[in-house]
Amino acid sequence: MLLSINFLRDYLDIDKDIDIIDFSEKMTKLGNEYDSAERFINVDGLLIGKVEKCESHPDSDHLHVCKVDLGNKKVQIVCGAPNVREGIKVIVAPDGTKLPGGEIKKTIIRGQESNGMLCSIAELGLDSKFLKEEDKAGIHELDDDAPIGEDPIEYMGWNDYVVDFDLTANRGDLLSILGMAYEVGSIYDKKVKKIDLNHKEYSEETLEKSGDYKLPENDIAIVEEKIADMTEKIEKDKKLNFKLKINTDNCKLFLAKKVMNVQIKESPAEIKEKLMASGIRPINNVVDISNYVMLETGQPLHFYDADTLNGMLEVRMAEEEEKLTTLDGQERLLNSDDIVISDGERSIGLAGVMGGLDTEITDNTVNVIIESAIFDSVKVRRTSNKVLRSEASNRFEKGLNPNRTYIAIERACHLLEKYAEGKVIEGISKYDKIEKEYSKVDITVSKINKVLGTIIDKKDILDVFRKLGFEYETEEKDDKITVIVPKRRIDISIKEDLIEEVGRIYGVDNIEGRNLALPVKKGSYDKTKREIRNKMMDLGLNETLSYVLVNPEEAGMFTNNEHEKVEILSPLTVEKSVLRQSLSTALYKIYQYNSSRNNQDISIFEIGKSFYKDGNDYVEENKLACLMTGEYNLGLKTQSVDFYVIKGVAEEVLNHLGYEGRYSFKVDNNIPKDLHPGKSAIITIDGKSIGIIGRINPIVCKEDVYVMEINLEILNKIKTGSMKYKELSKFPSVRKDISIIVDNDTSAEDLQKAIKNAGGRVLQSVRVFDLYTGKGIPEGKKSIAFSVELSDSKKTFTDDEIAEIMNKISENLSKKYNAELRK
Amino acid sequence: MKEKIDEIKKNALNEIENTSDLKELDNVRVKYLGKKGELTAILKMMGTLPKEERPSFGSLVNKAKEEVQSKIAEKEDQYKTEEINKKLESERIDVTLPASKIKKGSKHPLNRVIEEIEDLFVSMGYDVMEGPELETDEYNFERLNLPKGHPARDMQDSFYITTEHLLRTQTSAVQARTLMGNKEKGPIREIVPGKTYRREDDATHSHQFNQVEALVVDKDISFADLKGTLEIFMKHMLGENTQLRFRPSYFPFTEPSYEVDVSCFKCGGKGCNLCKRTGWIELLGAGIVHPNVLKMNGYDPDIYSGFAFGTGLDRLAMFKYGITDIRLLYENDVRFLSQFDRMDK
Repeated sequence: MLLSINFLRDYLDIDKDIDIIDFSEKMTKLGNEYDSAERFINVDGLLIGKVEKCESHPDSDHLHVCKVDLGNKKVQIVCGAPNVREGIKVIVAPDGTKLPGGEIKKTIIRGQESNGMLCSIAELGLDSKFLKEEDKAGIHELDDDAPIGEDPIEYMGWNDYVVDFDLTANRGDLLSILGMAYEVGSIYDKKVKKIDLNHKEYSEETLEKSGDYKLPENDIAIVEEKIADMTEKIEKDKKLNFKLKINTDNCKLFLAKKVMNVQIKESPAEIKEKLMASGIRPINNVVDISNYVMLETGQPLHFYDADTLNGMLEVRMAEEEEKLTTLDGQERLLNSDDIVISDGERSIGLAGVMGGLDTEITDNTVNVIIESAIFDSVKVRRTSNKVLRSEASNRFEKGLNPNRTYIAIERACHLLEKYAEGKVIEGISKYDKIEKEYSKVDITVSKINKVLGTIIDKKDILDVFRKLGFEYETEEKDDKITVIVPKRRIDISIKEDLIEEVGRIYGVDNIEGRNLALPVKKGSYDKTKREIRNKMMDLGLNETLSYVLVNPEEAGMFTNNEHEKVEILSPLTVEKSVLRQSLSTALYKIYQYNSSRNNQDISIFEIGKSFYKDGNDYVEENKLACLMTGEYNLGLKTQSVDFYVIKGVAEEVLNHLGYEGRYSFKVDNNIPKDLHPGKSAIITIDGKSIGIIGRINPIVCKEDVYVMEINLEILNKIKTGSMKYKELSKFPSVRKDISIIVDNDTSAEDLQKAIKNAGGRVLQSVRVFDLYTGKGIPEGKKSIAFSVELSDSKKTFTDDEIAEIMNKISENLSKKYNAELRK
Repeated sequence: MKEKIDEIKKNALNEIENTSDLKELDNVRVKYLGKKGELTAILKMMGTLPKEERPSFGSLVNKAKEEVQSKIAEKEDQYKTEEINKKLESERIDVTLPASKIKKGSKHPLNRVIEEIEDLFVSMGYDVMEGPELETDEYNFERLNLPKGHPARDMQDSFYITTEHLLRTQTSAVQARTLMGNKEKGPIREIVPGKTYRREDDATHSHQFNQVEALVVDKDISFADLKGTLEIFMKHMLGENTQLRFRPSYFPFTEPSYEVDVSCFKCGGKGCNLCKRTGWIELLGAGIVHPNVLKMNGYDPDIYSGFAFGTGLDRLAMFKYGITDIRLLYENDVRFLSQFDRMDK
């Protein structure tokens, strides 16, 4: 919202030499953040000059050498504009003037001295959207009455500040000069000035004067709150000869008035300046008035060329696939969610968004119908999102004050009479189903102080309401205050809203922060995730943070999840359209990204969620995934990542979490197809599957890349014991090796289990230390050697005892796996 | 005899002094102290002496022997030390050669920031909560006083899955779950860090980002408590000199609502590129829990009150580590990730 300080001055007394930054900071503290605060024209030192003499430059076919009278001196300036000539009054930028395009310096142009520049409007830094053809073609010509030697910016009425506010969504009331006047008034403790609505009224048939529109009250506060009733009284017995038909609940208030015999011309400079400073391009006096009144009151108006209408206005919902050409010349396809205005025969406007082309104000318009109405904010927002977001739709969306709907239409009449010589026709076409009750909100001083954590006196609280222009009722000794909320503040409906107002005006800076007075307790957090993260970091892996949304092909990779994938209804791109079903798929993408950047050695992990749909339910699960490829070094050794490296990482994590000795890596038919069938496994704990591990199938990725993914939801349900000290044996342990030949497909894990079972209580550990196939070993067989550690806490083994245990082990191996002892 | 002994001792000490290594020293020892050594030999002469002279002679010889032995021991020590030093000197390595590489892992900057915030709030008695990322419209919006049709929840701003399910747009979605779940109505102190999603993707916005949300509810929670808590939080994250500025604002789930700016930690509030010359950086949204939110989730707003605040973690991480492009956080280039491999200050 661009606020013109000149415009604001119409409704509030503001110091002439206001410090605009200080003003903007004060507004920011009230919750109205400003983006910028600048002068409308940010140039100093310009002077009004008169071209006394203008001769062709001797060495140029387009330059002129001018003698310019600046009042207290006369200077020579070389000018290249085609419209420069003797006698015109111009804007002069003397030597040293800083223009937006650069500093003007005394110079010699083709041998002729030039002491400044004659300026065009464009050179003053006016936004190019406001430039007319003549502004682009040449220097600006001032009227004959322009005082020589004076400041042209002041003379043109362009001596203005513009503050750009970034308003919050609930303060639609500040999208108006009047609303701003109340808000600023609360800062400087000043009253808002009255708005002039007076005009004469005429009979439509004879165009004879029939009366005056004059409100009985002159106080703006009363006008603001009572105008609907006052209009009722004034307009009694007068009916405009113009029909209204409201055929939808999405319009609760609709007013129309007719103004005849308008003269279309340029708006006065003052109005044009205020429009431009507010960011709106002046068009002609009539169109400008509709925008001007919207800026003043916040109520968007629409003007129709009355002679293009069919004697009536109708508000209804559009038909499906109804077509309308809006005033920007585009044909719009409508549906039954769009509110349209029709003249009974055809639609002539999209309510609250844009008018139709056929009925717009043109240079030939003579008679005008003014529409001032309130349309449903949600419907307007939907339509404007489809068609165009405009100053008008923005205001409708935020919600309007019905009293301003009345003020705006009369204000437009006043201005059309004043600036377009229009004759306002008596009577008003009216449809009013708006709730008239005032909202009264009860609040107590103690509640305010309790919520804010303050000790503000009742007197200071009442002063806040007074500054805001809120009426209230309270008994002197009473804690309770009843606030009558003005209609303009549609954001206020409950006591908390009033507490916010007190906080705002009293000043947040004046409230001291304090420490929570709650009982001391220990907070909690998910320790497992933190431990996993730290462990993986210890193991030399880099943590990633990947996207949940992937493309449909990637979503189901590295999982056998048979459930439906979760898809986004309207995705930004197909690349981010489906929720991943595995976390590994995200890590694989990260691998690809890094690989394409020549990062070869990748060891990464992540804890994150994957998603699927189970019937009507959506399931999300925390996972730990890890991907490794290239060289991996831990300690002082470097080695190429293979299955056993990533298996080591998986075991380390599971050991760290307390699952040591309970997990297995199992070959399973259910390995996802994106994994190498011969180099992958299912990870289980106590027989329960918790994840997958293995090499990515070479069909998917020809590089040697390994992934591991553990479902933390399942894992967290498997209990672990606490860490306990185990007594150290006082007797020496014995290490024995056993080497056997077994069938190739016998798994090391099964053999280890057989050894453990046979060894019993005294068997401390079993570890594979050699694996061999080839020469000396029969086809289909392998030689595998284990190192076994035996110890007993009660005694030292005798040789016989050891031999007996080892015998039991080898017997078990040969019985279960047909193992042949290698000598 | 005494002269003779003195003579031998003197010679022995002299010869010891003149040796240059362990081998020569050993020769000297054999010469004087060996089985056929001079001092051994002279002791054998004791039998030829009259009885009464024998003790003094014996003691003289033994004294000389001790003196020679101790000198030899001293010299031996010296040679051994020299020899070790020489050996060690020959083993000298180049300490400036590169160390053996020990691979270090790293922790993602966003999770580092999350852990730092978790640690702070856990120490103040807050529980860290997690909620679904795939939320229902009810919890993400409706129970937070954002009924259907509310301007702040346009379909196009969110990733809807069905009309009732979406990827959560804010961690605030967990607020309602906590309130609904707290049947005993004991004090609530929680933070919710986590992933959130909005339907936008450009140079400064990622469609997936991270927020942390805090909720405190009890019988006498006020704005002053909120202000005090945020002061602790921000000073902890950004430095003791950090100033806070509360600007009244509007969020549907809090009333009063505030946007909170922090004094620019790059320029200290003087104005620079980072703070767009304002001296302030907008960092948090905060406020007093809206009575409708309390009511809708089983709380009587006349008895209970609370505060809530939330902030974007991506920006906090970027500020903290000087990361200039948000995309770096999600590209996962290992050269980027590997940089976050040490303890935080």
